[in-house]
Formats: sequence, structure tokens, C-alpha cells
Amino acid sequence: MFDQSNHLPALPGVGYKPQHYSDLVADPAPVGWLEIHAENYMGAGGRPIAQLKQLSERFPISVHGVGLSIGGEGSLDPDHLSRLKHLCDWLNPASFSEHLAWSTHESAFMNDLLPLPYTEATLQRVCDHVNQLQDTIGRRMLLENPSSYLAFDESTYEEPAFLSEVSKRTGCGLLLDVNNIFVSATNLNYSPQAYVDAFDLAKVGEIHLGGHDEDEDEHGAPLLIDSHGREVADPVWTLLDYVLDRSGPLPTLIEWDTDVPEWPVLAEEARRAQAALNKLHAQVPA
Amino acid sequence: MSQTAFNAALLDPTADRPVGLSDSQGRPAGKRFDVYRNNVTVSLREALETGFPATARLLGEQNFNAIATGYLRANPPSSPLMMLYGGGFPRYIAAIPALAKLAYLRDVARLEYALRQSYHAEDAPALDPAKLATMAPEKLNNARLTFAPATQLVLTEWPIHAIRAKALGETDENPPGVAQPTLVTRPEFDPILTPLPADQAALLADLMRDKTLAEASTLHPGADLGQLLGTLLASMALTDIHVEDT
Repeated sequence: MFDQSNHLPALPGVGYKPQHYSDLVADPAPVGWLEIHAENYMGAGGRPIAQLKQLSERFPISVHGVGLSIGGEGSLDPDHLSRLKHLCDWLNPASFSEHLAWSTHESAFMNDLLPLPYTEATLQRVCDHVNQLQDTIGRRMLLENPSSYLAFDESTYEEPAFLSEVSKRTGCGLLLDVNNIFVSATNLNYSPQAYVDAFDLAKVGEIHLGGHDEDEDEHGAPLLIDSHGREVADPVWTLLDYVLDRSGPLPTLIEWDTDVPEWPVLAEEARRAQAALNKLHAQVPA
Repeated sequence: MSQTAFNAALLDPTADRPVGLSDSQGRPAGKRFDVYRNNVTVSLREALETGFPATARLLGEQNFNAIATGYLRANPPSSPLMMLYGGGFPRYIAAIPALAKLAYLRDVARLEYALRQSYHAEDAPALDPAKLATMAPEKLNNARLTFAPATQLVLTEWPIHAIRAKALGETDENPPGVAQPTLVTRPEFDPILTPLPADQAALLADLMRDKTLAEASTLHPGADLGQLLGTLLASMALTDIHVEDT
């Protein structure tokens, strides 16, 4: 069907922010690739498009959609599918990914990744939409695990099994957000390692890491918020090691989307990801 | 539970939270649902604040937050292209009775939206001034201008250029007592603003409606067409000048 190989290098990447352009171009190490949010590059022209063209000559680019609403009850927006196809056609990115979530309802876009019940009906709908997207852009996509604050009483699948089934039925790959695992596992009181053990790691083409905020619910139970506004937390780095030990090296992205820091702070996070990847090579027996 | 029910409760803080959502102990999701409510409201409000920074400062944080929240609940984005969100915000502000005395706010917001549209507009090579300079006068009379996709004209009765600059701390000077209809152009990547005399702006508006130079100057006999053309060329507002074969 579609090309199954992974074109992103198993190196640290960062979510691209325009304020880092000069620093990145001057000295990108240890960053080996960049990820952009598709919807920020759907204007007709100007600086965003020009910068992306220049960056794509230097770095492998991962296009990460945040607005297709793959889990939406309605049909996918044909205009948005066309915009995604146009972007993938001219940019020819190394990877394309989207979320197991919904964000649009009856043409109102909520600008957030909203949760889904894991049922047969959702599974069928998500698979239909993944197929439609892959057919439109003519390439395989990666589907990302969400961060969860609550559970649906009607769910009949565990999340790893649900994602595995989507991958099996559509041929899509998976994007494993390790911070999301930690956030969801804390919020819904399960073991993050057990989640990883149940996850179809062979299908994973990319890893995400990001920072979260800590809060409590009205019962005093921990409530972690997936904010992407600070450093990756220590237990998430530990969980990354647990994943990489089982998956082998993978392209590993640092996401920092709010209160974006100066370049050296983000580069330091990327170096930490590089150290985690390097540990694997050190373990390879001679 | 349907997404219709989930969605309705997202934007209406007085609505009951949807049933069928729980924490890990089987208790109703409560505050956990409110994380989504908060994410949606805050992210859309921040998008409006980023898109209308001078309007936000003129209103002050508290007023802006209240007005932006009212707007986003009634007018959530109609597409995932957040760069275009808020096109109806100027009109929304203008319809708020309590802001009737700040009638310039709507036009400052229109100017800010025009800047955003200009920033993301299609690239186009600017008109070579030589093409205009070498055109025979009778041909020039019948010529029409083609404007760059990034060119916008914001007509107004208020000194919006100066009001915006002062609100953003770019100047300490008080706005003048004259209207500042403002031309927005994008020589390369950063839009620039050029306030125009009112009669030149009216002339320009007709040129942008595809009138010939002669037709437009007949409608605005007092306006200085030569000076306006100089401004348009210098700010790279044009991509072509052409005469239809008759």
C-alpha cells in the first residue's frame, strides 16, 4: 500500500518555533529534524511558507496536523483534506502525523484535542477517516495517543489495543507520546509501564516528549495537564528509557508550545533526548 | 455520549457537564471535564489577544477577556486555520452598547485583522516603477492598477494609525485630530502601515474597485493622484498597471 519505511532519523527533533530560526540555522546540533504544525503553514504565502521552504532544504520535516478531527462524528472537512494534500505535495515531508482525538463539531473548530470513547463505533469511524486521509495525501500517517483527564463509561477497549487495531486495519503507524502516557496513567490511575507493555511498539515511528502542569481534582487526586509549557518531567525521561529499551532507537521530539523558551533551553532538552538515545547504542553488545 | 452533548457543554459554562464521563474511581468527571472547557476558552481567547494586541490594550485585560470570551462562545472558529480567526471580532465590538463611546475600537481591530491577512497573503513580484514612468499620458489615463494580494486599505474616520502605535507603546505622541485611513502593504515579509490623507484614500478605494486612473481622479478631483501613485510604488502595493485593448 503506502511506503512503510520511516524517513525521520532516530535523532532528537524539536517542534519548530519561528523565534528559533536564526539559532537553529546557525548551530542546530543536536537537532536532526524538525516538526511543524500543519495548520500554521496553510496561509497563501509570506514568511511562514518562505521559512519552511528554507528549513526543508536543511532538515527532514515532520508535518503534525492538529486540526483534522479524525475522531469527529461528522465527515472530514474536504477543504482541510485538500489543504493537507497541498502541503504534503509541495513539502514532501519525511513524516505525517495526526491525533486520536476530535476538534471540530458541525463546522465549529474548538482548537483543542478532545477525547473519544473507545468503542466499536469509534473504531470504525477512526479507521474510515485514517483511510480517507491516507488515500488523499498518498502516504502513510502516524496516529498519536492522546493525554486523558477522564474516562468514558461506554469504552470497551483499552487505549493501546484500540490504537493497535486502528494500525492493523488501516496500515497506519503510531506516534507514541511518552508524556501523554504519564499524564493519562497518573490521571486515570494505571501503570505507565503496563501501558507501554501493551503498546504495539513495532508500529511506532516517532516519539513525543513534552512538559505537563500539576493540579488536583475536587477529591484531591492528582490531575496532570498536558501543557507543553515547561521542561519534560523526570519520571517521563525514566519512562522514555523504558520505552526505548523495548523499541530500539526512534525519532524523539521535544514539544514546547506555550511560554516558549530561548533556544539554549530547548537545545538542552534535545541533548537530554540524545543522551537517552545514545545509551541504547552503548548497550549494543560488541 | 454524543459529541453534540460534549461540545455544547464546552462553550456554555452554565450547562451541566455531560454524563458518562468518570475519573478512575467511577466518580463523575467534574473538574476533569472543566480542563477541556478551560483549554478551549483560554486557547481561543489567547488567539484573539495575539491577533488583536492593540485592541486588547485599549480595552484593558479585564474588559478584553470578558469581550473575547463572549465573542468566542458565540463565534467559535469555523476552520482549523487559526491565523484567520477573528474576522468578525471588529463588528462584534462595534455592536456592544457599552463601547459606543469608543467608536474607533472597531477600526483599530479592522486594521489589526488587515495586518494579519497581509502577513499571510500570497507572494507576488512588485510592479517595476519604470513601467509606469514610461507609459504615454493618454494610455495612463485609461490604465487600471493590479494590487498585490498583501495590499489592504482600511477606511476610517479615526486616527487609527496613531491610536494603534500608542497602544502598542511604539510612540508617546497623542493621536492627531484627523482621520487616518491606512494602507497596509508587504514589501517583503513584514507588513508596513501608511496613513493616507482622506481624499487620497477615497481615490485609492476607487482604484481598488478597478476604476481607471482617469475615472477615479474625476470622482476625486482634489486628491493628489501623483503623490498617491508614488506612495503605492514605494510601498510595493502594486503588481501591475495595464490598459485594456479597445
